[in-house]
Amino acid sequence: MATKNIMIVGVGGQGTLLASRILGNTVINEGYDVKVSEVHGMSQRGGSVVTYVKYGNEVFSPIIDRGEADIILAFELLEAYRALPYLKKGGKIIVNGQRIDPMPVITGAAEYPENIAEKIAEKADIKVIDALSLARDAGNIKAVNVVLIGVMAKSTDIAYDKWIETIKSTVPEKFLDVNLKAFSLGYNI
Amino acid sequence: MKKLLLGNAAVARGAYEAGVGVVASYPGTPSTEITEEIVKFDEIFAEWSPNEKVAGEVAIGASIAGARAMSCMKHVGLNVMADPVFTVSYTGVNGGLVFCVADDPGMHSSQNEQDSRHYAAASKIMMLEPADSSECKEFTKMAFTLSEKFDTPVFIRLSTRVSHSQSMVELCEPEDVKLKPYEKNIGKFVMMPANAVRRHVVVEDRIKALTEFAETTELNKIEENGSKIGVVSAGIAYMYAKEALGDAVDYLKLGMVYPMPVKKILDFAKKYDKVYVVEELDPVIENHLKSLGINCIGKDVFTLLGEYTPAMIKSAILGESAPECAEISEAIPVRPPVMCAGCPHRGTFYVLKKLGLVVSGDIGCYTLGAVAPLQSVDTTICMGASVSAAHGMAKARGAEFNKKLVSVIGDSTFMHSGITGLIDIVYNKGNNTVIILDNSITGMTGHQDNPTTGKTIRGEDTKQVDLLKLCQAVGIDHVVVADPFDVKNFEKVVKQEVNRNEPSVIIATRPCALLKGVKYTGHCTISDKCKNCKMCMRLGCPAITVKDGHVIIDATQCNGCGLCINVCPFGAIEKEE
Repeated sequence: MATKNIMIVGVGGQGTLLASRILGNTVINEGYDVKVSEVHGMSQRGGSVVTYVKYGNEVFSPIIDRGEADIILAFELLEAYRALPYLKKGGKIIVNGQRIDPMPVITGAAEYPENIAEKIAEKADIKVIDALSLARDAGNIKAVNVVLIGVMAKSTDIAYDKWIETIKSTVPEKFLDVNLKAFSLGYNI
Repeated sequence: MKKLLLGNAAVARGAYEAGVGVVASYPGTPSTEITEEIVKFDEIFAEWSPNEKVAGEVAIGASIAGARAMSCMKHVGLNVMADPVFTVSYTGVNGGLVFCVADDPGMHSSQNEQDSRHYAAASKIMMLEPADSSECKEFTKMAFTLSEKFDTPVFIRLSTRVSHSQSMVELCEPEDVKLKPYEKNIGKFVMMPANAVRRHVVVEDRIKALTEFAETTELNKIEENGSKIGVVSAGIAYMYAKEALGDAVDYLKLGMVYPMPVKKILDFAKKYDKVYVVEELDPVIENHLKSLGINCIGKDVFTLLGEYTPAMIKSAILGESAPECAEISEAIPVRPPVMCAGCPHRGTFYVLKKLGLVVSGDIGCYTLGAVAPLQSVDTTICMGASVSAAHGMAKARGAEFNKKLVSVIGDSTFMHSGITGLIDIVYNKGNNTVIILDNSITGMTGHQDNPTTGKTIRGEDTKQVDLLKLCQAVGIDHVVVADPFDVKNFEKVVKQEVNRNEPSVIIATRPCALLKGVKYTGHCTISDKCKNCKMCMRLGCPAITVKDGHVIIDATQCNGCGLCINVCPFGAIEKEE
């Protein structure tokens, strides 16, 4: 199979790392070769964060170039917009409708672009999710990441139960119920 | 059994399987997780040392005593450790000794992008460079064997994308490695001139033997695809080349980047119409090829700066352009990293900015005090420089300037190399004010304990360095402990200390907001008492922003730390539980 490229983008602190680990471990159990590239250190402090997950028969580079992502899973609108050039022709963007102002916008040095979702929709297949509300329904606003993994899972050919198995083995016991609920809310949207 | 492992975790696994006995490191992105993963193996002694030089020397001692030992660091950490490295090259080892250094091309979390391969050549120590997690494990295991076989320390060189990528690793059982006997050997281990003169001969012979080894080792692999183009590469750049060029070229992949083979490279190069060298950062491999008279193409077409991508390589070698993609037709704001909501450093920088002080900064989360809107930090050079450089600034410009000057340094960084600068200030009659930002942890690298936290790397209780007594003991008569969130008092303390004609230390104490034990509750809201003066905006808190011309607090970003309540002149910010 041709390598499948998934990009997870967001703001440091939103839990993109856990999302990429759930995804990575699920595709491994399907027998694929996989590479997951993460971001640690300074960028994690509220900056733009980009994680790449690539799987297929044999994966070499852990990073994804412009025009190569099959799916972009974005935790925030502006970050989805920033990642748009990385989307493959015919690829899909799943985005959490949340807006988080970056510091240059807060200080007034720059403006947050208007109508991002509409602008992306002119160029690509986009699905906007109110992941924050769904996470709140699941019992914890921090579960936004797992809601989004749920939405994305639906657009892969990996069975529901396989995802549940990975979540059970990846997430700490005391947060398991919330995360299982969050996943199911995202999956069944 | 196969498992998905981070490159750093795979290095740790390799060391474990090789029977490593002692691992000593100082945290530094992108190397930190190696030592954190080592802790998962109960049989290995692991420690966070106060700095890389100490860590390296602990590993050297363990090796001399007969154990397999390792020390891990980021590229700039190797600068701190360089002194013992150059001499342990002469002594050689007893138990296998591995130094694992992680470079950061693209500077995701670093102050420069130096290429650590130069250290291998400069110190005459062999260097292996893995390209994925599987090689991280295998090369680390081999490094211990080679170290003992050739009586040499061995470098493993990683880079961010190798350290922080997960890929498949086959797990094996650990080898049963016994401590080697300790025997006194003055000629080998006491590096005074007469002995060192003899050991230098051994070093040069060893490099010859290692170059021979490089000719035949499996670490340096040729892949033939019948092409007229040959590519020489190593590490992550090799993976990018494979992705970009596939079977269109032949490869010589160097797993051992110092010393490099001669005959193997000459034989490879002569088969091709064109030979490319693909390596990030400096032309280390390219210069080797050119020194052999090979007409290769490297930095003529590839940049010296930052990280490479497969698309870049495809375009340079095959002339193929990147796939079509959607472009964004407007300028969009960047999102630089910021201090977290609830960060204790925010209170400190708010006050320093308000007082208009020159701030000699250091390495840690608080480097972000240089980012708008606080923009309080004036300089950042390296670990510890905040203290000693401020001493130099004061000596250069005199007493009046010094009244407008402070150093800021984290608790862990102060332990690393701030204390020596402070001793210098006392000894050489400086009268600087040093602010130790004591947030109870090593923050930026993700919460590692240090000598001031009272816990070891394994979370066991231990003696805690008392910063106050330590500063007093080196001769600072004025040491004040203050909470940076009590901004009124903190401002008073800073004013008082900078105006002294004696050296002083302010210990700004408040724990990192991300620490487990720190429980801020609820979130802050702005009431109708707000006059929209935007004083709170000066904090640069990611939770405080403007909507339709009015200041608002984003409840999803706010953690309820309450610092903004302390700076609002109209009492317009309230806490909602």
